[in-house]
Amino acid sequence: MNEVALISGMFLVTFSVRYVLFAVAGKVHFPPWLSTGLGFVPPVVLTAIIVPAVLMPQGELWLSWDNPWLLAGVFAVVVSLVCKDLLTTIVAGMVFFMLLRFGFGL
Amino acid sequence: MPDAEGAAKSIAQQRRTEFIGGAKATIPLIIGAIPFGIIFGTLAEPSGLSALGALAMSMFVFAGSGQFIAIGLMAAGAALPVIIATTFVVNLRHMLYAANLVPKVRHLPQRWRIPMAFGLTDETFAAVSNRYMCDDDLTHAHWFYLGSMAAMWGNWQLCTALGVGLGEIFPDMTSWGLDFAMSVTFIGMVVPYLRNTPMWAAVIVAGAMAMATVAMPHKLGLMVAAVSGIAVGLSLHMLKQRKEARQEAAS
Repeated sequence: MNEVALISGMFLVTFSVRYVLFAVAGKVHFPPWLSTGLGFVPPVVLTAIIVPAVLMPQGELWLSWDNPWLLAGVFAVVVSLVCKDLLTTIVAGMVFFMLLRFGFGL
Repeated sequence: MPDAEGAAKSIAQQRRTEFIGGAKATIPLIIGAIPFGIIFGTLAEPSGLSALGALAMSMFVFAGSGQFIAIGLMAAGAALPVIIATTFVVNLRHMLYAANLVPKVRHLPQRWRIPMAFGLTDETFAAVSNRYMCDDDLTHAHWFYLGSMAAMWGNWQLCTALGVGLGEIFPDMTSWGLDFAMSVTFIGMVVPYLRNTPMWAAVIVAGAMAMATVAMPHKLGLMVAAVSGIAVGLSLHMLKQRKEARQEAAS
């Protein structure tokens, strides 16, 4: 992949999104439905990436109790719901995943 | 002119105080960003982005979740336009932040607004929102903003470099299952959003649609899944609002 094009493109869209309202400063109004809709964007996009990553970690559907990606993913969701802390979720999820893979050889 | 000199000095001092205050207020948020930066740097090369590319991306794009998603998509073999379109969609939330800050930047010249826009991350937005809520003198508050974004940006570069370095030292890290690090990070980011029915529904629909469209070329299914999730979540949200309004009218 052409990395210069990738980074220039990503820079351009990211900066434009952040700058456009500053540039015109207050001549535009957001309808409330648009603000609400934008609020759904991050969790929805992230979920659309996570679900295939844990259900098909090696390219094929692996819906089984010996899929460590799936087990550790479910575990991480539970940890996150209980303790509501990002760092704890990452560490606990990774430790559990490593345990499954290298401890139990899944 | 001792008076003018004194006034000039005090302005410089006020600016410095604001700048340092902004950097300090951002420290707790920076701590949260450290693992992200390191994991991003570590995952870049296994995902197909060179070390230099990873550093340049952190320098110029400067958008944590956008960068993460980009390398996730690269690893999955997505095409360049899909990656850029996804970055755009994921970063749209920054427009909400900007809309919120417009009254605070309106009086500033463009040479201030441009760097401020570049540094408008989730963390800096959180830090400066608190500052702008204070009732005291806001004349130099844009220096507070500058301090916050400088701290955030500097830390992001440092952590990316550290991650890239770790990846070089342990090149077989990919076989450790580090791809899961990205999934688990995303899980930790999504779960706090799950506070009401519309959000749960949006996320469930997005996940199901992502599976249903997984065979679409260039990872285009991601867009379909995202749009479906947003449509369902937004519809439920509006229905809920209407119901609440009706109940209020009835009581």
